[in-house]
Amino acid sequence: MNIVVCVKYVPDTQAERTFNASDNTTDRVNVDGLLSELDEYAVEEALKIVEAGEGVVTVVTVGPAQASDALKKALQMGADKAVHVIDDAIHGSDALATSLVLAKAIEKVGMPDLVLTGMSSTDGIMGVVPTMLAERLGLPAVTFASDLTVGADSVTARRDGDAASQTIEAALPALVSVTDQINEPRYPSFKGIMAAKKKPVETWGLADLGLSADEVGLDAAWTKVTAFEARPPRQQGTIVKDEGDGGGKLASFLAERKFI
Amino acid sequence: MFELSPDHEEFRALVRDFAEAEIAPHVAEWDRTSHFPADLIPRMGELGMFGLVVPEEFGGTRKAEGAGADEGGGDFTMLCVAIEELGRIDQAIGITLEAGVGLGINPILNYGTPEQKARWLPDLAAGRHLAGFGLTEPEAGSDAGGTTTRATLADGTWTVNGAKSFITNSGTPITSVVTVTARTGTRDNGSPEISAIMIPSRTPGFTVDPPYHKLGWHISDTHGLAFEDCQVPEDHLLGARGKGFAQFLATLDDGRIAIAALATGCVQRMLEEATAYSKQRLAFGKPIGTYQGVSFQVADLAVLAETSRLLTYKAAWLKDEMDAGRRSTQEVKQAASIAKLYTSEAAVTATRIATQVFGGNGFMEEYPVARFYRDAKILEIGEGTSEVQRMLIARGLGLPS
Ligand SMILES: Cc1cc2nc3c(=O)[nH]c(=O)nc-3n(C[C@H](O)[C@H](O)[C@H](O)COP(=O)(O)OP(=O)(O)OC[C@H]3O[C@@H](n4cnc5c(N)ncnc54)[C@H](O)[C@@H]3O)c2cc1C
Repeated sequence: MNIVVCVKYVPDTQAERTFNASDNTTDRVNVDGLLSELDEYAVEEALKIVEAGEGVVTVVTVGPAQASDALKKALQMGADKAVHVIDDAIHGSDALATSLVLAKAIEKVGMPDLVLTGMSSTDGIMGVVPTMLAERLGLPAVTFASDLTVGADSVTARRDGDAASQTIEAALPALVSVTDQINEPRYPSFKGIMAAKKKPVETWGLADLGLSADEVGLDAAWTKVTAFEARPPRQQGTIVKDEGDGGGKLASFLAERKFI
Repeated sequence: MFELSPDHEEFRALVRDFAEAEIAPHVAEWDRTSHFPADLIPRMGELGMFGLVVPEEFGGTRKAEGAGADEGGGDFTMLCVAIEELGRIDQAIGITLEAGVGLGINPILNYGTPEQKARWLPDLAAGRHLAGFGLTEPEAGSDAGGTTTRATLADGTWTVNGAKSFITNSGTPITSVVTVTARTGTRDNGSPEISAIMIPSRTPGFTVDPPYHKLGWHISDTHGLAFEDCQVPEDHLLGARGKGFAQFLATLDDGRIAIAALATGCVQRMLEEATAYSKQRLAFGKPIGTYQGVSFQVADLAVLAETSRLLTYKAAWLKDEMDAGRRSTQEVKQAASIAKLYTSEAAVTATRIATQVFGGNGFMEEYPVARFYRDAKILEIGEGTSEVQRMLIARGLGLPS
């Protein structure tokens, strides 16, 4: 089973995050970045599937030079090879353009049996790239899988909703996006770190994928961030003094904020 | 010249991620309840922490016996990096790795027969099992040559009688073996012949005493051990007969450098804690770090962290160079004692300073500095007291002994 996992390099959610003032895009260059935590679940799932049988796990990312760190982490976890699509013209691409670049890259890698992705990135949090990508590749899309079983020519996934869980089957090849419930991603290991240094990483530009600069980037985007504003600093906590009516005060505090 | 390789730094980042996510949230509770987290050890093993100095053929990542990191495998410096990073989160977890490798694995690795290595090392290198080394006795510590535990050989069986004190990792649910030093006879000149014998856990006649009430290192496993007509096969002798003590002393150098790494993790953490607290705690309307009385103490912590790190990694580097045949044992011995002495005293000083910077909060177990304060003192005692280190350093200078 050959699997491609799409991974994204995102700003560390624990660290300072910011936007570029000139074009309102997320700053991925001047901040601490890492492999999106939600994509670690997809990498882990791919590794488990291949370890239980056989096959090759290829990780693909679209991003700036720093994004190679995301690939490195996936390779240290155990992925076999990596593809880094990097091109200045890609900067500012929206989900549609990103899915286009990913689709072309996956076609160039060679159509796998399974494409795995996280359920969304931890920076954009749109969660639409998986379905767009499936559409472009002509694959069935199974999204938000919290459990995945791979058969000879189909996959079965469980989607947990608020009220019910659905079990969905799709024919292979297919695309599946996975949630953070599906597994517990492994840590890399010393062996993994050393082995990753010898694994192949391909670097492709738009031209290698037969794409032109005007199909991607900020100018081609269907949506535009027009302004951004830092979140106001956290307010000091409110201390409720109990003068016999503490319970009521607490309840109305919570109700005001729609917690109850 | 003054930086570790990218591989070392990459492994450091991995251990740090793991320690912050998987260990830090639990240590206050484990410390309070003196809980030894046996489940954590194999997970540390999966990251490769226990196998860094073990050759690949026995389940580790060192390319071959004595091979260095320049050959693409684990090395001693890599182990020190892991111990420092664990020690930054919790000293007792750090000593569990340090003793697991320095006292558990190293003697078997250095003196074991091929059969002994094949039997014990793969599980130890993977962190599935732990081993201990019992030298100290109720009446013999610094003067470990005063061992009174006895072993006699008859009909292909060793019979061991005696007691050991304060043995780390000797009674965990995953301890597979404890190697002990014992008198196996008397030399022609009347001095005792001391050998090392491996006693598998749960051997009849081998009793693990209940855990001690310790000042610190509550998470670490420490027991007294008793041997009453405890019998093991003749091939459980580790190393040459009559060489047990000398061989053990030879493996102590690594341990001293590794303790220095543990101490460095402690000092580093105290620097981080005190820096953050002195920026945020207000007194007389200003952050306490505004006042020189506090800021100078924090500056001293930075100096302690820097000097500790330099001495530790210089010694670790010398040790790796020695393994590669480029440096002498004597150089490593001296550097190891200097690093151990300096950094353990620095750790005690650093915890005292950090506790002072934290004021009353520093005395409260809600703040980690209190735990580090309790944990630091043993660094000046275990694996050779500060006095013993000074004796060794003086001897290294050629002073009469
Ligand atoms: C938590 C813990 C874990 C340990 N783990 C292990 C283990 O796994 N295996 C093991 O074998 N041991 C272990 N030890 C024992 C430890 O190594 C000894 O406690 C240490 O070496 C000191 O020996 P001692 O306690 O007998 O002190 P003593 O030797 O009685 O020393 C008492 C004091 O006298 C000083 N002193 C002694 N001789 C001299 C001298 N000639 N000149 C100047 N000063 C001197 C010492 O420095 C010290 O200050 C552990 C101890 C502890 C507390």
